[in-house]
Parts: sequence; structure tokens; C-alpha cells
Amino acid sequence: MSETAASSSEPTHGIVAILKHAQYVIGENKVTGFAFGLFLLIVLAALIGPYVVPYDPLASNTTSALQGPSARHWFGTDQLGRDVFSRVIVATRLDFAIAVFSVALVFLMGGLAGVAAGFFGGWTDRIVSRIADTIMAFPLFVLAMGIVAALGNTVENIVLATAIVNFPLYARIARAEANVRREAGFVQAARLSGNGEFRILLGHILPNIMPIMVVQMSLTMGYAILNAAGLSFIGLGVRPPTPEWGIMVAEGAAFMVSGEWWIAFFPGLALMLAVFCFNLLGDGLRDIIDPQRRT
Amino acid sequence: MTAATAAAIPNAPAEIPLLDVRDLTVEFSTRRGTVEAVKHVDVTVGKGETVAIVGESGSGKSVTSYAVMRILDRAGRIADGTITFGGVDVGKASEREMRDLRGREISMIFQNPRTALNPIRKVGHQIEDVLRQHAQAGADDAKSKAVAILEQVRIARPDERYHAYPFELSGGMCQRVVIALALACRPQLLIADEPTTGLDVTTQKTVMDLVVELTRERGMSTILITHDLGLAAAYCDRVVVMEKGRVVETANSHAIFSAPSHPYTRKLVRATPRLGVTLSDLLPEEEGAARTAARTSSRANGANGASHTTSSDKPLLVVEGLVKEYPRKDVSGGGGLKAIFKRNGAAPAPDAPPPVFRAVDGISFAVQRGESVGLVGESGCGKSTTSTMVMRLIDKSGGKILFDGEDIGAIPARQFARLPHRKRIQMVFQDPTESLNPRFTAARAIADPILRMGASMSSKELRMRCEELATLVGLPLEFLDRFPHQLSGGQKARVGIARAIALKPDLVILDEPTAALDVSVQAVVLNLLQDLKEQLGMSYLFVSHDLNVVRLLCDRVIVMQAGRIVEEGPTEQVLGAPAAAYTRELLSAIPHPPL
Repeated sequence: MSETAASSSEPTHGIVAILKHAQYVIGENKVTGFAFGLFLLIVLAALIGPYVVPYDPLASNTTSALQGPSARHWFGTDQLGRDVFSRVIVATRLDFAIAVFSVALVFLMGGLAGVAAGFFGGWTDRIVSRIADTIMAFPLFVLAMGIVAALGNTVENIVLATAIVNFPLYARIARAEANVRREAGFVQAARLSGNGEFRILLGHILPNIMPIMVVQMSLTMGYAILNAAGLSFIGLGVRPPTPEWGIMVAEGAAFMVSGEWWIAFFPGLALMLAVFCFNLLGDGLRDIIDPQRRT
Repeated sequence: MTAATAAAIPNAPAEIPLLDVRDLTVEFSTRRGTVEAVKHVDVTVGKGETVAIVGESGSGKSVTSYAVMRILDRAGRIADGTITFGGVDVGKASEREMRDLRGREISMIFQNPRTALNPIRKVGHQIEDVLRQHAQAGADDAKSKAVAILEQVRIARPDERYHAYPFELSGGMCQRVVIALALACRPQLLIADEPTTGLDVTTQKTVMDLVVELTRERGMSTILITHDLGLAAAYCDRVVVMEKGRVVETANSHAIFSAPSHPYTRKLVRATPRLGVTLSDLLPEEEGAARTAARTSSRANGANGASHTTSSDKPLLVVEGLVKEYPRKDVSGGGGLKAIFKRNGAAPAPDAPPPVFRAVDGISFAVQRGESVGLVGESGCGKSTTSTMVMRLIDKSGGKILFDGEDIGAIPARQFARLPHRKRIQMVFQDPTESLNPRFTAARAIADPILRMGASMSSKELRMRCEELATLVGLPLEFLDRFPHQLSGGQKARVGIARAIALKPDLVILDEPTAALDVSVQAVVLNLLQDLKEQLGMSYLFVSHDLNVVRLLCDRVIVMQAGRIVEEGPTEQVLGAPAAAYTRELLSAIPHPPL
């Protein structure tokens, strides 16, 4: 009788099951659906944006400088006559790439260090936790500024700095999640099956905490974009004339006073929407993986 | 007895029943639409009556009681039927009226006493909260009343325990506090939802005796919700049997064992381990008979199992003077803070006990080839520590573990995973859900030991081997590609067993392998284990607190108490004519249904 209880629902596998579940969650929660749509738009802009924009983002045209939004220039033009719309779209790729790479890097560094700390305990735990504590002792943005200033003003260093300031967050979550699973039944069973400690760590524990880490990654994506834009805004990191949301806001800020609001407004809006989208997406993903929300 | 008379209440009290549930249907809205957890259920409880609701997991027994208290979670609602308690229509009562009813008129005891108590509040204060909430005590007399209530539930030194936090009390003590909370306002109806499931058999007896005595004394009615038919029949006047949301039988407790009328009840009664039955008796009639026939014929045909037991006179496992010590965290016996301060202070007091706790205190025993040995005792007796040490998952503090003549105890646990010995000692875990990696399919879980330690084989061969093992443990092949959450408890248990026997081990440690299963599933799994042992000639070390189950599966029994062995011998001798007082105490605590 109870043997057949589980067979009432057709088992679905792999990607189909995930898509079905995603469809269900998005259907239940319109906000997540909206965030998902926004996310696809951002990815699309990052992938094909540079090929479809109406103007060259770097080409200046002083005859049409500082024009407000119009049919020709949807977002207006800046002080050098560059098309703001084209620049906002093209900048998506750089900002998105910085966010993706820094999050991937911090996942590798913080996630793995944290899992190891939680699983092995002892000295591994002490070292990882103290590193995390040390990083957290600084104001994070100031630390990121310091790292970029010390290592040099490049995109790679922005990625690295963003990764480092997020390290404690990942290390702590991974540590806590690994720690509760350390003596779990399936880990003991894995030991009995002849798995070495490292294999248990990577093959058994890590896959089980991945959902939580993915949610965290989505949530920190927004922060990473903000961080990169912030660094560029204060003149560290990406340098003009490269289109980047942070620099564009910085450049446009001076013109706000004289009434040319669109130069700073549109890249700022793009930045806000991107951060907003990743945060909402994180909440949505959490709903997808949380089994308590599955009923 | 026909179905119609069974549905009518035997021994119905003449006056209006205290609780009258009629045609109750409870629905839960899920993503796959509405599910009826309880379907047209009728239950009545008279004044002073003790009624048991018995059923396996998913039978709707808890949901029925939650509906009575109106504490269904958000997804659930009472779709149909009426619940009348003492003239009040519970379904229509306002939330305010219900708050008054809960605690003062109807109260509840939950399964896990520790989660039912607020961990950061003294138990005395928690009792006071209830008393004041329902205006049973004022600021001046709350404390004295709380102490008096603690005394009534037989808590020794109630003045001191008043100040205790839940974590300072044992499981049985916590459950007594929960009972004290439930009875504080002298309710008319007590609902006990699996009140003794997590407790030892002796604690179960004292707790149940206490509940029955207190409720009789006060003329209260009780609903006992349990999966244990024996417990229900031993303590209740009437038993209501539920299956899949429906009441299938209502009968007096002595009638339920002697003359169960519904086939499901018969199946449950058969599956309940009790005195004087064999393993195949637990299965439904036809299956059990087939099983018995198969077993006797295999024994007659030159008996594989027998040849294993006699093939070697050298024991497979010898444990000599095994000791496990843990550093004592709390020397003074007070709170954790005290221990921290003590550590910072000067040298410990000279009269302090040694700073170690011996979980296992020098035990010796042997397991022969093809033999199954039961390791029995209550929680904290060191049986699990012993099995984990033999399993080489933790290191011993002293003594020897000789496996096939070799001292495997000398090898550190961390290195043991890589040694060839690992293959030969395997384990079936207590909780089939927790012991399966949630992200591995059944096939992947079974294949894990083969991948790590078995002969290298192609993925096709591996799949064949997994299917072979699944067939051996009776797991339908289509379940191999499912994840644990898509399997039922019994199926998960089969996956765990298949994984343990994948490498043909010599010794399998069974750590309460059926404790988390329903009785009918337990019956099937126990039979499976017995068959596998006979087929594969393995030895079992069966760790359990359930003597009825041990009796069925084991050749020899070792009884442990406080880290020592108090009695050891053949099963019939130890459980039939126990020599040690502790064994007698354990045996007498098993609830015996009236026959």
C-alpha cells in the first residue's frame, strides 16, 4: 500500500522537471515571472546588444551634443553627442560580465573554502573563518577601492575586488550548510561506500548545498553590478570612454544641475533595473528550491 | 460483526458524547489540486472515555485531531461535516472562542516533547504562562500552582525542576512537563499525538501509565493517536482504525486483536510483532504461507544458510574490552555556563568525578559467521556507539575489534574508507530518508559502493548489477531512476539495504532499520532481511530497542545498560527466562494487548 503511494505522480526527470517546476513557480508568482523576463532581456542585450544598437557608442558628434530624448535619440545624447541609448545597451555586456565573473570567482573561492571549513572543522575552519572575519572588519566598498587602487585600474581587478568583498558571505553560508550535513546519514553512508573525505565533500555535500549557493549567487549578482558601477563612478576601474553604467552616471551627474537629466538618468535606470531583477530572481529561485513552498 | 454495526459505536455512553465528529472531510490544496486527507470520518468520544485512533502514516489520524483543535495549517480546511465539542460547533466557532477552548477545554500532547517546549524558558514559567492565560492563577499563586502540577506528573524535586530549562531534562521528563502543561487547566479532552514515539520502552510505560491514571482520576476523555496497535489496545477503551483518510473499523480494544473484522485491521494486527509469532506470521496470510513454505523447502534442500554457520568455527567478529570515552563537558552537573567558568578557574575540585564519560565501558562479545546478534538497550546505553565503532566510523578509546582475526580497531577511522575491509562491513541506517543523498537517484545510491570499491565495470554492467540488487530487495526496477523524495519509506529502506549488500559484505550492522517504518512495511522489511541473510550468508549485528523485533530476527541477544553488557545469550533464553533484573524490566514495559 504505502509502496505504491509515491507512484501516484509520474516521475519526471532532469531538465523537464526543473522547467515544469519553474513554470509553476513563475505562474504562482508574477513578480518572479517579471524578474525572469527582465533577466532574459539583460542577457539578450549583453549577447547581441553591440550588434544591433543604432549608433556607435564611442562615435562623438559635437553637432548633436546634449540633445534630449527624441525619436532619433531615444535616450538623448551626451556632451560629446554620443547616443545614450546605444551606450546604455552596449554597457550591459561589460557590467554583466563583471558581475558574472566576480560571482563565479567568489563562488569558487568562498564556496569551496566554506564547505571545507564546515566539513573538516578544526584548523581549516579556523583559518577560513578568520580570513572571513578580517575581510568583514573593513567597510566593504572601501576595501574594494583599496584593492583596485593597489592592484591597478583594470576590469580584472574590479572582478577580483568584488569577489573578495563577497568572500565572507559565501564562506559563511557554505560553512553553515556543510556543517549541518557533516554527520548526516547519507554522509556516513558515503563513508561506508568507500568514499574518501574529499570525494564526500565534492560529490555528496557540495551538490546538496548548491541550490542555496545559487540563490546567493543571484542575490549577490545585483550587488556585484552595483559595486563595479560604484568603483567606476569614483574613477576606479573602467575608464572612459568605455561605455559603463557607473561612468555614465558619473559623467552625467555634472549635467543634472543644468537640466540635462537624461545622461545620468538612463544608465542609472538600467543599473537599478538590473539590481532589482537579480534580487527578485534570487527570491524566486529560493521559492523554487525551498521544498516547504512546494505544497 | 458487519460493517454497519462496526461503524455504530459499541458500548456507546448513554449521554451526549463530549466530542462528536460527524462526516468530517478535510481538504488540502496542493499544486496538483485538492487532496482529501480525511474522508467522511465519524468519531465520538464520550465523557471519561479513552479512544485510540490508529493508522499508518498518511492515514489522516493526525489531521483529524488537528481539525478538532482547528489548528490545520494554511493549505488545509474543513470541507464537510461537523465537529461538536460539548455543544459548541467547532467548525463555526470564532477564533476567539477557539482560543478559549484550546488549552482550557481541549489540550494536546505532541510527539516530540522537546520541540513542544520553549527551549529558552524555564519549565515552571511555561506552566505559569498557561495558567495565567486561562485565568487559572494570579501573580501571587502561579508559582505554587505550577510546582503542584509538576508534582502531580511525578517529577521528583518539583521545586528545583521548576527552574530547569527543557535541555536540562531527559526526554521522558520533558514529556511529563508537556503533560503537565496540557493538564494544567484541567481540560475535558486530552489529545495525545504519538506521545511516546521517541521514548524508550520503559519511559513509554511510565508516561502512558501516568496519562491514563491522571485522566481517569479527573474523569477526562482522551484521544490517543498512535501507529502502535499494541499500545492502543493496552491503554484504550475503544480503537478507531483509519486507512487512507477513512475509518475502516471501530471496536473495543479487546475485540480488535481477537476478532478484527476489516481486512486492513487484520493486516495491521498480523503485522504487529508480538509474543509467539514468527517472521512470516507478520505478512498477510497468503504471502506469509508462501514464505514459510519457501523457507522450509530451502532448508530441506541442503540449506545454504546452515552450511555458512558451520563452515568455520572461528567467529567473524570478536570485540574485546571495548571502551569509548568522551570528555565530560559538564563536570558540575549544572548549566553549560558553569562549565565554561570552571574551565577558566583554577584546578578542578578534588572530589570532582573523572573528566571523561564512558559511553561504552569495556564490553566483549563475538558474532559467528551467518549469525544474527541483537544488541538491545535503551537510548544512551552505548549500543549505537558500539556499532559505530565496529563499523569503524569513529575511533575507540580502548580494547580490540577483531574482524576475521585482524584487529581493525587499530586502524584509524579516517583511513578505513580506503581499505579493502570496508567492503566486508556494511550498515543499514535507522532513517532511510536521511541516509540517502537527496540528489542521487536510487540507482546511483546503490551504485555508489560499487563505483568506489567494487571491480571496475562498464556503465551497462553497473546498471545490470543495480537492477539485480533491486530485484533481490524487491524494489521495482522503474523506481531505480527516482530520487529519494519520490519514494515511499519502504522503498527507501529497500534502497538502503540494496546499497549495504551491493558488495556482498560479511557483516551487516542494522541500526534500528525499521524504527522509522510503518508496521506493515516493517513486516515486509524484516522478512526481506531474513531472506537475504539466508541467501547470502551474511552475519547481522542488529541494534534495536524493540525487543519484539529482536526476538523475530536474532539468534542471540546482548542486553546493554549504561555502557555495559548485563545479559547475553540465545534469544529464547534471554527473552523467555531473563536472568538480569534490567532485562525483566525491559520486557515488562512492552505494552501487551489484552488477548
